[in-house]
Amino acid sequence: MPHHTVFEAKIEHLQILDENGKLDKKLAKDTLSDDQVVHLYEQMRICRELDEIAFKLQRSGRMGTYPQNKGQEANAVGSALAMVKGNDWIVPSYRENAALFMHGLPMHYVIQYWMGDERGSQFPEELNMTPLSVPIGTHMLHATGIAWAMKNRKEADRAVITYFGDGATSEGDFHNAMNFASVMQVPTIFYCQNNSWAISVPREQQMNSRTVAQKALAYDMPTIQVDGNDIFAVYKATMDARKRAIEGGGPSFIEGVTYRLGDHTTADDARRYRDQAEVDAWLDKDPLIRTRKYMEDQGFWDDKKQSELETRAQRIVKEVVDAAISVTAPDKADFFNDMYAELPEDLKLQRDTMRTSSIGRNPSQVGLKAQPTEAR
Amino acid sequence: MAQQTLVGAINQALDQMLESDPDVILLGEDVGLNGGVFRVTDGLQAKHGKDRVVDTPLDESGIMGTSIGLAIAGMKAVPEIQFDGFLGPAYDQLVNHAARMRTRTRGAVTVPMTVRVPVGGGIHAPELHSDSPEAIYSHSPGVKVVMPVTPYDAKGLLISAIKDPDPVMFFEPKRVYRSFKEEVPEEMYEIPIGEAKVVNEGDDLTVVTWGAPVFQCLQAMDNLPEDVSIELIDLRSIYPFDMDTIAQSVQKTGRCVIVHEAPLTCGMGAEIAARIMEECFLYLQAPVQRVAGFDTIMPYYKLELEYLPEAPRIQKGIEECLAY
Repeated sequence: MPHHTVFEAKIEHLQILDENGKLDKKLAKDTLSDDQVVHLYEQMRICRELDEIAFKLQRSGRMGTYPQNKGQEANAVGSALAMVKGNDWIVPSYRENAALFMHGLPMHYVIQYWMGDERGSQFPEELNMTPLSVPIGTHMLHATGIAWAMKNRKEADRAVITYFGDGATSEGDFHNAMNFASVMQVPTIFYCQNNSWAISVPREQQMNSRTVAQKALAYDMPTIQVDGNDIFAVYKATMDARKRAIEGGGPSFIEGVTYRLGDHTTADDARRYRDQAEVDAWLDKDPLIRTRKYMEDQGFWDDKKQSELETRAQRIVKEVVDAAISVTAPDKADFFNDMYAELPEDLKLQRDTMRTSSIGRNPSQVGLKAQPTEAR
Repeated sequence: MAQQTLVGAINQALDQMLESDPDVILLGEDVGLNGGVFRVTDGLQAKHGKDRVVDTPLDESGIMGTSIGLAIAGMKAVPEIQFDGFLGPAYDQLVNHAARMRTRTRGAVTVPMTVRVPVGGGIHAPELHSDSPEAIYSHSPGVKVVMPVTPYDAKGLLISAIKDPDPVMFFEPKRVYRSFKEEVPEEMYEIPIGEAKVVNEGDDLTVVTWGAPVFQCLQAMDNLPEDVSIELIDLRSIYPFDMDTIAQSVQKTGRCVIVHEAPLTCGMGAEIAARIMEECFLYLQAPVQRVAGFDTIMPYYKLELEYLPEAPRIQKGIEECLAY
């Protein structure tokens, strides 16, 4: 048979909670309990509150550029719940704040970071997470390396999840990470938040692939597309991927189809390149709206609880902002001190004198006249 | 003590580090079964296993990026980049991630890794196999750069580099891989990063160099009149570098020639010359002379010896500086 098919593949899409808040009970079996749904909803709502306040802080000049997470929160919370806090690693991009918070990062770190202070990335030692990664698509290799260390040390019950956007999958390092993870069969979960836009470039222009999920097929990696605004689907896909990872099944890929409801960052104006009608259509698919609708339909949520949550979210975020604002100003020596475990003498001199000029290096020579030494 | 080549000494250091520290992992293209294209890692996979001496996919950025992850998780990654010219794809991971991680997390996340790379010309290699990139990485805050040339120094510096808590570029002058032997102690020892070595003491002129040109400088010195006394300094560590040893010497001799294979402009010679101006201004009897690679692309091998600072060009540089 000289001409035959050697490889066939399909991409499955999973949605359990639709945009109207209607749950597919069969698919939802063994996924989230009512308490977990409430928990995830609260996390999303608090994160949304932080987003709105961060936006205002930037607009009022109290914070630098900030990327809102708005609209994508279900990806973060659903997947973070499936990962084991204090055990697994999270290697984030910068649009999954809620995942970091759920795994123990005090919220003020993120605000402190975007206020221009590296101490906002000095995460507490016991947390297994790398700092927010501003360059696109480069950190998935680190996630692969961390997972590789787990495999090497035979830490069989541990896995790593890494988040990135649809634009990041155009980067070479995305493919490098996928290939390494696949070849080495390490426990990495690649979670793509396909939010349709990489700043101003829409997904259709970013790639000619019909799905992002299919990119994993090239690496023979289990892959699925889920409704990224559906906490049930996100949770289930991540649980499945994690189970596979810790059972030695290697890496997995998840494409969460979602939407960036806000601008790319506070420095961006999305009205320049996308239609409001498109945004409006996605507003209806907001994960907060559908989760709340579901909870209310099921009778375990009401306006009173909603109002209590909103008050609580405001209080929490106010405390977080107060904490971030009230930290002592960084010392100028700080940007020298962690360059190396032990500073080279030259760098200590630069730090201590805050000079790089020639004469400053040898102040004892100031005022001396050059007197040619005798020729030999 | 056994006589070792540079290849042998590096192999022994890697072997002993693998033996003594279970966190050490070697990775790179062809480093396992094949023992590396220069056989530097020969026999190490057979002895320490496929999990610790790993043949990776052909992907320099992947090697560097996964090494960063391994290091973040507490392992001591020792990636090999097969040739100097192949560092390009790994540059982003190295400079934007490995080098920055400690400071951007204020010490919370660190990247202890040692990147081994054969560098330099003189072996009739294909294009992009003969470059000297040490200045590029010395200009990248957050990494350390060493380039030992003798077997003894290579072993001691490699052990120091692997034990160092920060990323270290370990450049191996491939022209000297098998051309020079010396006695290397069997036991493990460390040579501190940042210390130069005075190869030859002298009073009339200081020559500062590193890598393969150490041997070209010795050859040039042999051709000088017997009454000329040259102090030859092998820098060994490129960043941080040992300015004290250079300044002491130049304050004594008043004249300095700096020799390196890398292109002249913005090469380490420029930095060292500036520092000599700062620290030895009142002692200088001649301008600092630089004998370096030209500001051209390293030519393919029919012309490589025209590009490299070979002994006659170094000798001329020394003679001019002495006569100034």
